[in-house]
Amino acid sequence: MSEKVLMKGNEAIAEAAILAGCRHYFGYPITPQTEIAAYMAKRMPKIGGTFLQAESEIAAINMVYGVASAGKRVMTSSSSPGISLKGEGISYLAGTDLPAVIVNAQRGGPGLGGIQPSQSDYFQATRGGGHGDYHIIVLAPSSVQEMAQLTIKAFELADEYLMPAMILADGTTGQMMEPVSFDFEIKEPPAKPWATTGTKGERRHNIANSLYLDPEKLERINNERFARYEIIKEKEQLAEEYLTEDAEIVVTGFGIAARIARNAVDEARAQGIKAGLIRPITLWPFPDKVYKKALKTAKRFISVELSMGQMIEDVKLATECKVPVSLCYRVGGMIPTPAQVLEAIKQAAKEVK
Amino acid sequence: MAVVFDRPHALLDVPFHYCPGCTHGIVHRLVAEVIDELGIEGKTVGIAPVGCSVMAYDYFACDMIEAAHGRAPAVATGVKRAYPNDLIVFTYQGDGDLASIGTAETVHAAARNENITVIFINNAIYGMTGGQMAPTSLPGQVTQTSPYGRDPKACGYPVKICEMLSELEGPEYLERVTVNSVKNVMNAKKAIKKAFQNQIDGKGFSLIEVVSSCPTNWGMTPKDALKWIDDHMLPYYPLGVYKDRSAGIDKFAKKEG
Repeated sequence: MSEKVLMKGNEAIAEAAILAGCRHYFGYPITPQTEIAAYMAKRMPKIGGTFLQAESEIAAINMVYGVASAGKRVMTSSSSPGISLKGEGISYLAGTDLPAVIVNAQRGGPGLGGIQPSQSDYFQATRGGGHGDYHIIVLAPSSVQEMAQLTIKAFELADEYLMPAMILADGTTGQMMEPVSFDFEIKEPPAKPWATTGTKGERRHNIANSLYLDPEKLERINNERFARYEIIKEKEQLAEEYLTEDAEIVVTGFGIAARIARNAVDEARAQGIKAGLIRPITLWPFPDKVYKKALKTAKRFISVELSMGQMIEDVKLATECKVPVSLCYRVGGMIPTPAQVLEAIKQAAKEVK
Repeated sequence: MAVVFDRPHALLDVPFHYCPGCTHGIVHRLVAEVIDELGIEGKTVGIAPVGCSVMAYDYFACDMIEAAHGRAPAVATGVKRAYPNDLIVFTYQGDGDLASIGTAETVHAAARNENITVIFINNAIYGMTGGQMAPTSLPGQVTQTSPYGRDPKACGYPVKICEMLSELEGPEYLERVTVNSVKNVMNAKKAIKKAFQNQIDGKGFSLIEVVSSCPTNWGMTPKDALKWIDDHMLPYYPLGVYKDRSAGIDKFAKKEG
């Protein structure tokens, strides 16, 4: 499939997962991501895979845990309230060092919230989401092409670092249709000697487990896991920089927010304002290096978010609050317009003069 | 010298952490003997619950997974779907795990006739946390969280898993056994073996409910606890085959016409 096909973002995720060798998908219906389940329901039986509509989000993530323990690539998807339910299972996956891919097509919250796009699960995703000290890899696509590309990357990173990886999309990126090419080079998954695939009488039993009653051992395991996180932070940061070379006003946002912000940056440049854009692609690890680099010329950062201001905290941490960071946002399923972002840029430009 | 009794190969040479007189040890042994007799240790994956048998993963010699509380049937579903022809998958769960926090997973794995084997230990109490009321605690039973005896008006009636699941079309085989006498232990082993054989034969979901004792949290000697099973547990939880589709047994089947 080297030519481009017109597809919804959610469908692109599903097809990319299949390309990545995922043959097991477990889900539960919830708007706005149900296209993933529908796509898997159609495709999986034709290619010898498993599509199973679980009795709950909790059951789905635990089925994922079972397949991951057995060493095969596996995925589930949901939207915000459903991801909260999966939180326990994600914590267990992290605590057992198991690879799996979870898609969150975010909708407005809290509670049942709404079904329109949102980015208000940023904290939940980047801080782990469940109980205990852990992180998951969080990738934020902003086009249908990236929905596909980052899904494949999510499987690869999850396998490489033995941890869950999440595609943090939203109702917009999931529903919009764009041309997408599936011309990807797929790497062979690594060997998984730890998997519970039966001893075959040839080795001592493998145990997939997150229980350590000995506090010294549990402390050591946590320290080892966080040492691995440091390697990921060093090696895997990804961001797009747009016109940041000389930017005084650096706008930043991920996913759909970045697409809107980019239009505003172009318009600001046309009006003579030195504006630029940083679009984080990895939200964990947060790409702090590009923010530090932007500090050479930046006098102000503007975080554009579909939340009450969550990523802004990481922007402040990355820039060590050396210059002011302001927030430009809409919530509840509302989306900022390029005009709103442009206004924020112009206001900031006035203030830094 | 001829060895007439030995540790089953499927049990590792590790001391159990179970309390004296607890019947988990017997049931572990029965499961291990069955695994040995069927020659499936190398292709078996066991799923341990949260509860007293949480550390079952240290005792069984086959590959093991420790599941979140109540989720063992979902985890088992994942493993079995990943290797439907190559692996034999069993869960080992207590009453709090299987009949309270994990009821949905239990019911739906049975409804799907998931080709797995479930060993369900019903001792009418939460053992690991120190003796609280379980979903299967008997009316009037005194526990830490029912200090005046379980009052069905306030906390409902015990959940009868075999009876409840036998109403479903899905499951292949449901039997309730106990291990409080030699005869009952022999029967329990027969049932457990059949539950594994069903999976090997691709027949689907088998659940063996083992009415068990918890002398520590029941506040009894092991011997009295075994008698308490006869006197109090079995009248409420009658032994027997509740469903055996292949044998045409369905205890609560509606009569035609």
